[in-house]
Amino acid sequence: MPGGRRRDRLRWSKIYTFARFWPTVGDDEQPSFHGGPSYSRTVHCNQPQLHRKKPFKYSSNYITTTKYNVITFLPKALFEQFRRVANIYFLLAAALSLTPVSPFTPVSMIAPLAFVVGLSMAKEALEDWRRFMQDMKVNMRKVNVHKGEGQFDHKQWQNIRVGDVVKVEKDQFFPADLLLLSSSYEDGICYVETMNLDGETNLKVKRSLEVTLALDDDEAFRDFTATIRCEDPNPNLYTFVGNFDYERQIFALEPNHILLRDSKLRNTNYVYGVVIFAGHDSKVMQNATKSPSKRSRIEKKMDRIIYVLFTLLVLISVISSIGFAIITKNKMPNWWYLQPDQTTSLYDPDRAALSGFLHLVTALILYGYLIPISLYVSIEVVKVLQATFINGDILMYDEDTGNHAQARTSNLNEELGQVDTILSDKTGTLTCNQMDFLKCSIAGVSYGVRSSEVEIAASKHMESEATGDDAGVYGSYEVELDHEIDFKSDNPRKPTIKGFSFEDDRLMHGNWAKEPTADTILLFFRILALCHSAIPEPDEKTGGFTYEAESPDEAAFLVAAREFGFEFCKRTQSSVFIREKYSSSEDLIEREFKILNLLEFNSKRKRMSVIVRDASGKIFLLCKGADSIIFDRLAKNGRMYESETNKHLTEYGEAGLRTLALAYRVLDESEYSDWNAEFLKAKTTIGPDREAQVERISDLMERDLILVGATAVEDKLQKGVPQCIDKLAQAGLKIWVLTGDKIETAINIGFACSLLRQGMKQICLSTINNVVAQDANKAAKESLLMQITNASQMINLEKDPYEAFALIIDGKTLTYVLEDDMKNHFLNLAVNCASVICCRVSPKQKALVTRLVKEGTGKVTLAIGDGANDVGMIQEADIGVGISGVEGMQAVMASDFSISQFRFLERLLVVHGHWCYKRIALMICYFFYKNIAFGLTIFFFEAYTGFSGQSVYDDWYMLLFNVVLTSLPVITLGVFEQDVSSEVCLQFPALYQQGQRNLFFDWYRIIGWMFNGLYTSIAIYFLSIGMLYHQAFRSGGQTADMAVVGTTMFTSIIWTVNVQIALIMNHFTWIQHLFVWGSVATWYLFLVAYGMSSPTISGNAYQILLEALGPAPIFWIATIIVTAACNIPYLTHKAFQRAFNPQDQHVIQEIKYYKKDIEDAHMWKREKSKARQKTKIGFTARVDAKIRQLRERLNKRALSTSQSLEE
Amino acid sequence: MNVPTADPALEADAAVERKKKSKKPKYSRFTQQELPACKPLLTPTIVISTFALIGILFIPIGLASLSASENVVEIVYRYDTECIPQQSQDDKVAFIQSSATDKTCRTTLTVPKNMKAPVHIYYELYNFYQNHRRYVKNRNDKQLRSKEYELETTNCAPEATTVDGSPIVPCGLIAWSLFNDTYSFAIQNKAIEVNKKNIAWQSDKDEKFGSDVYPKNFQQGGLIGGAKLNESIPLSEQEDLIVWMRTAALPQFRKLYGRIETDLVANEQISVTIQNNYNTYSFEGEKKLVLSTTSWIGGKNDFLGVAYLTVGSLCLFLALAFIVLYLLKPRTLGDPSYLSWNRNPDRH
Repeated sequence: MPGGRRRDRLRWSKIYTFARFWPTVGDDEQPSFHGGPSYSRTVHCNQPQLHRKKPFKYSSNYITTTKYNVITFLPKALFEQFRRVANIYFLLAAALSLTPVSPFTPVSMIAPLAFVVGLSMAKEALEDWRRFMQDMKVNMRKVNVHKGEGQFDHKQWQNIRVGDVVKVEKDQFFPADLLLLSSSYEDGICYVETMNLDGETNLKVKRSLEVTLALDDDEAFRDFTATIRCEDPNPNLYTFVGNFDYERQIFALEPNHILLRDSKLRNTNYVYGVVIFAGHDSKVMQNATKSPSKRSRIEKKMDRIIYVLFTLLVLISVISSIGFAIITKNKMPNWWYLQPDQTTSLYDPDRAALSGFLHLVTALILYGYLIPISLYVSIEVVKVLQATFINGDILMYDEDTGNHAQARTSNLNEELGQVDTILSDKTGTLTCNQMDFLKCSIAGVSYGVRSSEVEIAASKHMESEATGDDAGVYGSYEVELDHEIDFKSDNPRKPTIKGFSFEDDRLMHGNWAKEPTADTILLFFRILALCHSAIPEPDEKTGGFTYEAESPDEAAFLVAAREFGFEFCKRTQSSVFIREKYSSSEDLIEREFKILNLLEFNSKRKRMSVIVRDASGKIFLLCKGADSIIFDRLAKNGRMYESETNKHLTEYGEAGLRTLALAYRVLDESEYSDWNAEFLKAKTTIGPDREAQVERISDLMERDLILVGATAVEDKLQKGVPQCIDKLAQAGLKIWVLTGDKIETAINIGFACSLLRQGMKQICLSTINNVVAQDANKAAKESLLMQITNASQMINLEKDPYEAFALIIDGKTLTYVLEDDMKNHFLNLAVNCASVICCRVSPKQKALVTRLVKEGTGKVTLAIGDGANDVGMIQEADIGVGISGVEGMQAVMASDFSISQFRFLERLLVVHGHWCYKRIALMICYFFYKNIAFGLTIFFFEAYTGFSGQSVYDDWYMLLFNVVLTSLPVITLGVFEQDVSSEVCLQFPALYQQGQRNLFFDWYRIIGWMFNGLYTSIAIYFLSIGMLYHQAFRSGGQTADMAVVGTTMFTSIIWTVNVQIALIMNHFTWIQHLFVWGSVATWYLFLVAYGMSSPTISGNAYQILLEALGPAPIFWIATIIVTAACNIPYLTHKAFQRAFNPQDQHVIQEIKYYKKDIEDAHMWKREKSKARQKTKIGFTARVDAKIRQLRERLNKRALSTSQSLEE
Repeated sequence: MNVPTADPALEADAAVERKKKSKKPKYSRFTQQELPACKPLLTPTIVISTFALIGILFIPIGLASLSASENVVEIVYRYDTECIPQQSQDDKVAFIQSSATDKTCRTTLTVPKNMKAPVHIYYELYNFYQNHRRYVKNRNDKQLRSKEYELETTNCAPEATTVDGSPIVPCGLIAWSLFNDTYSFAIQNKAIEVNKKNIAWQSDKDEKFGSDVYPKNFQQGGLIGGAKLNESIPLSEQEDLIVWMRTAALPQFRKLYGRIETDLVANEQISVTIQNNYNTYSFEGEKKLVLSTTSWIGGKNDFLGVAYLTVGSLCLFLALAFIVLYLLKPRTLGDPSYLSWNRNPDRH
């Protein structure tokens, strides 16, 4: 940055006021906490060799985020795989297949397991390899490190140790957590971009200690030694406690001195720093948390089905082993051809019980085909492919941010189709987090003529209400509705200056000076220009400045101040420079304001202040903060404008604007210096209570304020949010807004998004806190319980089916209602309300509310948010969606899906969710069907072999069944099936409710599929046996042996299950055709190839197709009839259902098929609107309510006219 | 076929052009899941015609199979009881196991209809579990295949080796229990030749049973199972053994014994001489002699035809039933009144 270079080599520290913060501490008594367990770290600066051995052997800077390493991969990854119950079963089966108990050859048991587990492990290994490569890339980065004797040389990151002095250059990342010693700026400041930590794009200023400023070239480090004693590694990014022992003086360290790993040096040529925390000790690494692993409901249910199948497996195994024991005991002694006298314990008639028991093991392995071994791996493959479709969806790509949607965990895809409640953050999610300065109130006068989006929306409504008397007809309201939405999305006021939409000639162009209260206005502007912690960035193009501010509000204020003629142009450590221009004719005057203190903003204080000394030497405290806080702190003589300002604040609030109150206080010199002494003392307190001390002292100063006015900035709604909410509501989703904002703002945003509307009954739950502390809790709870009961009664008694209720609750009240004895009452009330808005909620409460909804209703919840404060909620919800927008990466990192705009949620849920849900549901049902159909034929055959455990199929057939012959069609079903096109999904959001009501994976359906499997197995077995009985099966007179029977049956199965899947599919692209019919073809090809292999491998299957079966007509006609007989019941059922009880998608498919939507556009439009008629929130609901109102009015009029006629 | 139109495609393509450097996903009909697809619809016409078509196809096949089955002439003669002399009926097992008894048994069969050559001769066993796991696995294909692997007797216990440890060829219970009844036929005292060649699969003779493998130590142990083998004939030519080694799927099975290559005329009397050696008496088995011609579907089996007729007529019935149902309760395809929100509008 050229700007940065220009500022170099200025000796700012001469006017560096903070220098006084650091008194020389001669008595270097160790503060007691250093001995404590959590403040025990000692770093010997510039002596990294000391940290190579104990007791200072801290972790090196080598990082690894991999789950496994070369040695642990195998055991750990295997362990992960065998945590699945089905895999354990197959492992046991494979192990037992090595013993004579097994009915199969070992290879036919081990190969599929190895394939399935190997595939999953390969996936793990690949993912881990990617992580490893990423780690290595980071570890191999180079940085300049002090090698001794004042020489610096490049070293890899991984070789850096605690205590090393490093020199980081511009636009490089910090290799570890560093203590800033000095920078290219003489006063030791540097700019840091913390994008990777918190996602904020604005730069932050870090300052070095005054005492290390001299260490600003390589040579200076030749003999540099110092000791740092500080806190142990911890994940708090914004705190740091420690002290710095240098030249026998001790200096306190604070977060501002610390440069965190993974942040980037900006606008500064170089800095020197000493490594404090390296590698995994660094704060960013300590922060890396594993997000909880989530599983979808369908998968959980699938586990239960697997248990059902296990039960079935055990049942038939027990039946067959009892049968075996009886036959062995009673009949086998007579079967001389088995030589029953010379047998092993497996078939010992004398020990039939033992043989029976051993046979149980055999049977458990034999019937293992009931458990679909490849189910998990197929589902994994399908979900990964589904996720790539989600990632690659061009319609969820945001041009502005360049982000596409991302399925970060692929195992929740189908859950997207079942969401019932959305819990949404407001800021950054529903709104842009871009603030526009729109209005202000100064000295009791309100300025700013433009209206907010909310006001525009409201006036639009008023307008249409006034002119909309004829809107009662369906068609016209449809048009109007579309128009209205279009208007909102496409025609926003485009401010010419980002962040500034203010328009009022009274203040603009220097006209403010003519106002009667010009003094106050001047003060107002100065507060805007001075009371902040932003950094100006010269803008090459315009010659002006842009501002790197901590919050968008602040940036908006600075832009506003600039537009009013108070351009903040320069900040040094001690001063702020403002170019003031009182009127357009006057010249620029650059004024310097010394910043004596800056009392920072935090969410607890809800205010920030600066203490400045102007050129004339007068000291001011300038303060801005939440109105309630400021109003509490006004002096008696400072309340001149209180009532007007308050009125304006309410107005602004109603217009959906975000408000802050501004105030000031004049300080006299002695008052200030007394206070400052105390403040400094507090600041230099070393210990954990420093913050509390500072806060207390700050609080003392921020009193007796004089109110100047208030600002109103608009928090702009994101593009498409109201329409998206409308669609989601039509899809039957409930939307809760959880926001940290105050109640008024939240309500306004609620109106803007149509979550609230006029005529909706608002239920506000609140607590009165005027009770004595003792039983405050009890009293508050009692009163809340009353409120909840009353509200519930009101809802229950409500006769009008169209009446909607909205529940509004604030954070404080929420603490009470979230307690165990209250929460169910609250939840019952909340689910009866059309919209729920929770304001002033903390991140923790967001998570708690999410948990309450999730556990209380038992339905699927989705939490969407963009900030670090939403992480808890995102992790808690069934599905967490992060907005990858401006505010940060933390929400995205914690989320399961990330999208860049709230409006993409519609497509994510209504299209992808709907598809994925149906696909996975169908796929699992089919899987169970096919394995039951196959597995039971083995059981039936058993009954004919004296339950001896012989399989009619060749081992190789069995091996291929799940892994090759039937896996690809079911994967295509899971990846490509579509009941209706994406466009129809969006047009008929009601289709989404099929997922919410779980129509495609209920027990009725699952059991239906299981019975279909049972029927199929019976049909296949008995038809095949009946046809290939003892007679010759060829004109040559040959009779069927076991290989012929087995192969014919197996061919029938392959045909049956593939025809079945073709009957399930609604959507055939070439891919489906290829895989479905390709699988059948593969079977024949395999049979030919297998028949050609050496007879020692193929056994009786040698040349089976070409020699034995192929020329036999009965083989082919048997296949045909079995396939037909097996699929007729399903086809009949499906045809019957479709004809007489069609589901929505069936009717829509027909409409589309016959192009009725084009022929009868009116009908199509009508159905589209009817499909979304049932909501109580959203635009549509608003319009509906209006229509009802109009109708009532018309009815009344008609009634009264008729009455008058009668009279 | 309904091919969806991809109208956003062009716009999106243009956008790709505009912003090449971005992470923008590439547009393709595949990634947008808009590939041209066939979306078959189960319309009444399709349902009815499918069922009707299946019916129309299946019934002729069924009739053809039935008539083929009817044309097969089969003589089945159960001889296991009758071939035991009256005095031994109480202890059939002792009779069959005694080496002293004369097991020759004679009977006369009447040819019911003309039987065209070749007439296949089968023996049929009932209640014999050739499919028992212990039995099925009790063989060694390697040993059967070549002389090299003569010593290979894995899986063959207890018929693997002789007492002194030399291998039994062919080893295992299957070979050991080889069926050993023999039949000879005569018409009017003139013997009918039984061709016992080519009763096994050609591939079995060529590849599975070695031409250099000769029986060795077979049936030499204390326990004699079934037939003995001529040690001078290689296994590849022991077709009875090869047929027997193809284990049957069910406990009731027929195996090819040989063929009579002369036509048999209706009402001819065939005198059969049976050497009743095989012990089915221990396990209450049955033995039958079967003479049968074949048709294109093989031997006599009405099941196939019946199954086809049943399924075919069921389909025709279903086709009719659907016609009736559609007539009684017609539904215009794509009639929006069947949409859920029109059917029960009060659901919400």
